[in-house]
Order: sequence, then C-alpha cells, then structure tokens
Amino acid sequence: MSEPGTNDSQEAEVTNEPLVEAPADTVAGEVVLRLTDVVKTFPGVRALDGVQLEVRAGEVHCLLGQNGAGKSTLIKVLAGVHRPDAGEVVWRGEPAAFANPQAAMRAGIATIYQELDLVEDLSVGENAFLGHEPRRLGFVRRGHMARRTRQILARLGHPEIPPGRLVRHLPAAGKQIVSMARALSHEARLIIMDEPSAVLAHDEVGNLFRIIRELTAQGIAVIYISHRLEEIREIGDRVTVLKDGRTTAANLPARETPTRDLVSRMTGRTIEYVFPDRPAADSTGTELLRVEGLTRQGEFADVSLDVRAGEIVGIAGLVGSGRSELLETIYGARRAQAGTVRMGGRTLRPGSVGAAVRAGLGMAPEERKSQALLLGEPIYRNVTLATFGRYARLGFTDAGRERAAADRIAASLELRPRDVRRPVRTLSGGNQQKVVVGRWLLGDTRLLLLDEPTRGVDVGARAELYQVIRELAARGVGVLLVSSEVPEVLGLADRVLVMREGRVVREAPAGELDENTVLDLVMAGSLMEGAPA
Amino acid sequence: MSDMTPTAAPERAAELPAQSPPVDPAETAKADRSARLSWWRGDGGEGAKRNFGLLATLVVLVVIGILTRPDLYGDASWVWGNTLTILKLASVVGVVTVGMTFVIIGGGIDLSVGAIVALAGVWCTTVATQSYGAGGMIFSALTVGLAVGVVNGLLISYGRLVPFIATLAMMVAARGLAAEISDKQTQVSNDSFINGIATVKLLGIPLLVYILGAVVLAGWVLLNRTTFGRRTVAVGGNPEAARLAGINVRRHTVLLYALSGLCCGIAAIMLTAQATSAQAAMANLYELDAIAAAIIGGTLLSGGRGTIIGSLLGVIIFSTITNLFAINGLSSEAQNMVKGGIIVAAVLVQQVQFRSLSQFLARNRATTT
Repeated sequence: MSEPGTNDSQEAEVTNEPLVEAPADTVAGEVVLRLTDVVKTFPGVRALDGVQLEVRAGEVHCLLGQNGAGKSTLIKVLAGVHRPDAGEVVWRGEPAAFANPQAAMRAGIATIYQELDLVEDLSVGENAFLGHEPRRLGFVRRGHMARRTRQILARLGHPEIPPGRLVRHLPAAGKQIVSMARALSHEARLIIMDEPSAVLAHDEVGNLFRIIRELTAQGIAVIYISHRLEEIREIGDRVTVLKDGRTTAANLPARETPTRDLVSRMTGRTIEYVFPDRPAADSTGTELLRVEGLTRQGEFADVSLDVRAGEIVGIAGLVGSGRSELLETIYGARRAQAGTVRMGGRTLRPGSVGAAVRAGLGMAPEERKSQALLLGEPIYRNVTLATFGRYARLGFTDAGRERAAADRIAASLELRPRDVRRPVRTLSGGNQQKVVVGRWLLGDTRLLLLDEPTRGVDVGARAELYQVIRELAARGVGVLLVSSEVPEVLGLADRVLVMREGRVVREAPAGELDENTVLDLVMAGSLMEGAPA
Repeated sequence: MSDMTPTAAPERAAELPAQSPPVDPAETAKADRSARLSWWRGDGGEGAKRNFGLLATLVVLVVIGILTRPDLYGDASWVWGNTLTILKLASVVGVVTVGMTFVIIGGGIDLSVGAIVALAGVWCTTVATQSYGAGGMIFSALTVGLAVGVVNGLLISYGRLVPFIATLAMMVAARGLAAEISDKQTQVSNDSFINGIATVKLLGIPLLVYILGAVVLAGWVLLNRTTFGRRTVAVGGNPEAARLAGINVRRHTVLLYALSGLCCGIAAIMLTAQATSAQAAMANLYELDAIAAAIIGGTLLSGGRGTIIGSLLGVIIFSTITNLFAINGLSSEAQNMVKGGIIVAAVLVQQVQFRSLSQFLARNRATTT
C-alpha cells in the first residue's frame, strides 16, 4: 500500500522497543476501578440495579451473567455511552463521570465491542489512530502513524498485518487485533472486551489469550465478558457475577470457584417468577407442527421437533445456540437449506412468511421494536397488523371494527393504558409485548412462536404474559417458546428442548429437568472442546 | 417439578411494584378527554397539526401578496382568477407528488418521475399513437407510466437495488429513450380532445384542477381508508415488522412504484395538453419539485409517515411562491433561492416539533412508570 518496501528493515528494529510502558503510576494489584451501587434505568426497565465491581491493575476480571443481566449496560456506563442514574464510579482514585465515549477513552478506558466498531474502508493504521491521528500543522503524519501502528501490532504478536491494509480485507480475528491496537494507541489502562471469542475460531482464541496475558503483564486491567465458563477458567483471575442488573457475587477466584456456585449465582432467583398452575399434561392433542431435519449452515443443523395442539414446547439455549434462527426459519422468515416444516400435515413453502401465517402460524420476534412494531402508529393498528385485511371490505379498511377488535384484545390482556388510539411508542415494554402477542389472538393462529417473550418486561406484566400463554394453550393453541431464562422455560413449558451450538442436545418433559441440569447442558459446550465445524 | 416452583428472594420482592398498579384517575380523565376530541383529530393528530402549520404558511404568503400588490388584491375577480392560476400551476406537479408521497411513505424514493412524464408524453404524441385518437393517446401514456414504474419496482424489490440508484438509472434511461423516440424533436399534439383538457373549464374552474382534485381524493382514500394504504405505512415504517406480520413487502413495493408511474402517466397527458406538444426535455426536475413538496408537507423521508393533504399543501405553497414572484415581476432565480430556504425551514420546524413531541412522551413515560 502506501508503505514502501524499504521500511521493512526498520520494522525489525522497532519491534524490539517496548511499546507501552507499564504506566509508572499504576502498581500491579492496585484497584483501578471501583463501582459502588451503580443504577441505570431505561423506560420500563431497571437495567442496572446496584452493581458493585472492583478491578485491579494487571488482572483479567471476568463478568458473568445471562442475557439481560445488565452486562451490556454496564459496559456502556464504563465506556461513557450511558451515564449512571445513581451510584459511584471511581476511576484511578477519583470519582469519574464520563460525558461521552471520547472522555472515557482519554481517561484510559478502551472498549472492544462484539460488533467491532471499525471503519471498513480505512487502513489498519488509520483505524488504530482514528480520532487522534498524529498530526503536524494539520497534516496527518502518515509515516509516523504507520510506524507506531507497526510497533503496536508487533507488540500484539501480529507484525505480519500491514498498517496500510484496508480493514475490510482482514479476517474477523485480524479486525479484533486492530481493535486492540486502537485501545493500545490510546494507552488504555483498562480494556473491556465484550465476548471477544464469539467471532473467533478455535485456534485464534489461544492467540487472543496470549495477547491478553501480555497486556496484563504490562499492568493493564482487562474486563472480559464471555458466556463460556471454560474460557473464564482459563484466562480469568477474578469473577463478578451479574443477575437482573445486580451484582450477586463479586471477586470470586476464577479458577477455584466451582461451576455450580457460578451457575447458581447467575440464575439464583432474584426475580419472582409467578407461573400459573400447570394443568395436567395433555398428551392427546393432535400434532400441529412437525419439523424434520431442519438445517441452516452455521446456525443450526438437523433439528427435528413437533408441537401438539394445546402444548407448550420450550427451547432453552444461549444466544448463538441457533434458537432464534430456528424459530425464524420455521416461520419462513429464513429459508432452510435442508429439512421440512409441516403444519397440520401440510408442508410449508420454505422462506415464505405469508404461507406460514396462512397456515396458522404467528410469531412474536425477539426484538419487539425493530421486528414487530410500528412505534408511531396507534395501538390498534399494531394489533391488527396481520389481520386488517380480514376487517376490510373490498380493500377498504374498517377502522371502527379494527378498534373494537383491538379493544377486546386490550381488555383481555389488561393492556395499560387501554386507549387503543395511543401510539405504541408510549407503552412500557411489557404492554408492547402484549400488543405483539395480542396481534396473533385476532387471527386464527393455531401455533404461536414466541422468541424471548419477557425480555425487558417488568415482573407484573411478566406474570400476565405467562397467564396469557397458558390460556392460549388451554384453548388448543400450540406454543413454541424460546427463552434464555431457564426457569421461564421450565416453569411454562410442558416439554423442553435444550439447544447448544445449533443442535438439540436434550429433549424431555419439563418435569424431568431442573434448572442446574439445563444450565449445565446449555453451557457445557465450550470452544476448548472444539468449535463446531 | 416441585423444586422449580418460585421462591422469591424476600428483600427483592418487597421492592417490586404491585402487580396491577392502581389506575390513576387523572390518567383516566385524560384518556376520556382525548377520546372526546378524537372526532376531529382522528388518528392522525400529529399530521393534522402539521397541516395547520402549512396552512399558516400559505396565509403568510397570501398576506405578503396583499402587502406587495394591494392594487391587484383589491379586485375580487382578479383574486379568483389568480387562485385558479395557482391551482392550475400546481396541478401537474401535484399529481406527480401524490404518487411520490406513496413511494416515500413506503420507504423509497422515485427520482425518475420527471423522466417518466417525458417518456409517456413523447410516446403518446408520436404520429403512430396519435392515429389512434385521444383514447389511444391516454391509454399509451398511462400504460407507459405504469410499465416504467413496474420496472422500477421490480429492480428495487426483486433486484435488490437501492431505490435511489434504480430510479436514478431509470431517470437517465427514460429520458434517453424519450429523446430517441422523438428524435429530439418537439412533437405537436394535433388532437383537439387532448389539447382541450388544458383549456376546458367546468363551472369556471379548469379541468386540470378537477383532475388534481380527483387524484388527491383518490390518493387520500387509498392511503387512509384501504388495506393498500395500511400496507404502505407498515412497509415504510418497519419493513421487518411488516414482513413478519405476513405482508408481502416485495409485491407491495412493486405496486408503490407502479402507482407512482401511473401518476406520471396522468401528469404526462396534462402537461402535453398544456403545451399542445411533448418533447424529451419536458417535466424537467419534476422529481425535485415533487420530493420537496412531499417533504415540506410532512412526509418523513425515511418512510412510514406522511399525508396526502400535506403534500398537496406543499405543492400549492410552491406554486404560490412562484405566483408571488410573477405578480411582483421578480426573477425566477430569486424564487428558487426562496424555495430552497422554505425547504430547510420546513424540515427544521418538523425536527423541533418532533423533538418536543419525544420530550413530551419521555415526560409522560416518566410519570407513568
């Protein structure tokens, strides 16, 4: 690229220079970051509800928690994206309130997000120094920047990445290295890594760990987030566990703490799950849905399952286990590469949501706001989004009948506020979810697919949603439910499938499983055992 | 299963809100009040408010007219005639804007409208087409517009081209084809029925204004009272939600561009009638006029929101400005500068309105949670 080949000899020299000197004022083992009772609320959700965290220089501090435990919000507070509503953040001995991400960066906190925030069409060096390019008289000192980038990359063990190469042309692992180079270019004293291994292949994880060890040897603190317990055992020094926005355990030794302890702290109920009484399991219902050998490359493979009328089938699994993708494929929103979906004995046309809806399927997708709702439109139009055609005569809509129908749904779901003309935007998360579920109560939906139906839903609305789901099943509707909250799956479903890395690893009646067994199954697979092909 | 039944952590449970918070009486009263007001506000409370802003703008423009030319405005018959002039001026772009409004609400953009008008105009005035008489000319203009629109829609929905690119390409290609067909000549329309469309008056009002009124009325009904309109808002507001609700987003996208093309076909006949001729350079920059009118009319460029009445008012505002400059004998260059300023002002005002609205909603949420 822009670098002449003659620089190569120079490069060999500079790699030997120390790149980032361990900050002289940081003593290894000293506490660099302390969070006390940090609270952050969003409309309808208390994302952080009293978080304690203590990070020392030179350690790898692991954050553990299920989806929705508040890890992402916590990272964003540290990175200056969100400001806490209450509580104290002490950074290197002084109370800190980062006004924006740049301020956090300047203070020495670098964050490497899961979806790396790199500019694909800039070079490696330009990305590493993005926003703080070495300058002279307003001109970027390209040579100097390339040299320093090369030093940093060498330090990271990757001298082979040319600073002039476009980031677009790097593999995922390479992009991650560039993100780390950016952190080092800021002379970061704390690097937050959000599931860095998720995008890496098996052997690349080893390299990542080697880099992390080198960083910590220089006194840099690392906050490491991962779902995989095995990784935490290998790289972590101490563990803090989050559950429902609270710290449930702080500073556990990463290697010695028994898995069972960690798991119970992650799941130990701080939320009261109120499940309606389970009616006697009715195994006589006719078969509604039969899925056979469903496969999508890289998402899930050879999944077979069935749902009977009046039955609630739950799928337990973590993000990345292929559960949401499976649901969307059954629904026709994604096209399967192999396998069939049959509804009431008839094979559904693959990749056609319309065919699935006509066959009596309905879905409440994972991301309510982006996948299910027209936020600015009135409630009733959201409720009738899948059925307004039925209320229409000769193509002319009948808003009056739609409103009446939506009113009935709102009443039966105890929607608050009840006025169906209000925009959906004004509803809380739980009530928005009721709108999405209510949409499918209007048509003649025979099978409802629910993806994380209670995410971001407060406790009261949660219990009401459980009640609704049960009542639907009692009316003979089949329900296929996906949730990362194991108690929810166990408490609600009649039958449970456990998914891990795209495969169903266990199927059993809910009564025969307990939470710890399911969690073990869900978490067991780790990269250390070998990544899926 | 018995080991799975809930055992709440007591200290946590104490903090939790009661499961069914008591209904705030003030809240109920508010709901009642809004229900009583809804007869005039309908569902489109926001849209209606925006349209009041546009009407106010129009009033300001008329007042400026009265202040600058009190001599003319003193004559009632001149005022009536001038109003019709403004509406006639607005008619052709107005018809195009109705189609454009649908496309934009549906989450797209159509840069090819001016070119489609030109192609349809040229096509219907060839010697061969004119030999079929007025019916043949109208039929061919509408068919050409519809067909080009369908091609746009297919490229965008099934060819997965970005609307901007697809219609930009069509804009260039359609004008090229129009130039080819007409051999870069002005084709004179010899059909007295067609030419009469621009001159005939019914009850003292030009037929062109009736056509605009009919298209606007049809567009309003289509957007607000039909499943087609409902799908348009859904597809533009949240295509993923629309798709997952079982709406055929691709097919609907094709229909939206087809509708825009059809409007261009109608506009082509009107414009050809006005000029009693057609040429490849006609309807130049209509796409910009139509987009600008829709935008100042409150249509969200990202889709999902917009009103036909707002777009109509947008077109009328522009033609009123043109008229204002004409009656004051000012240049059209200055006119364009003012138009540009109005577009910026309109969008700024909308942003402020939107911000205060979302602040209002945030406050509302804070008090209810």
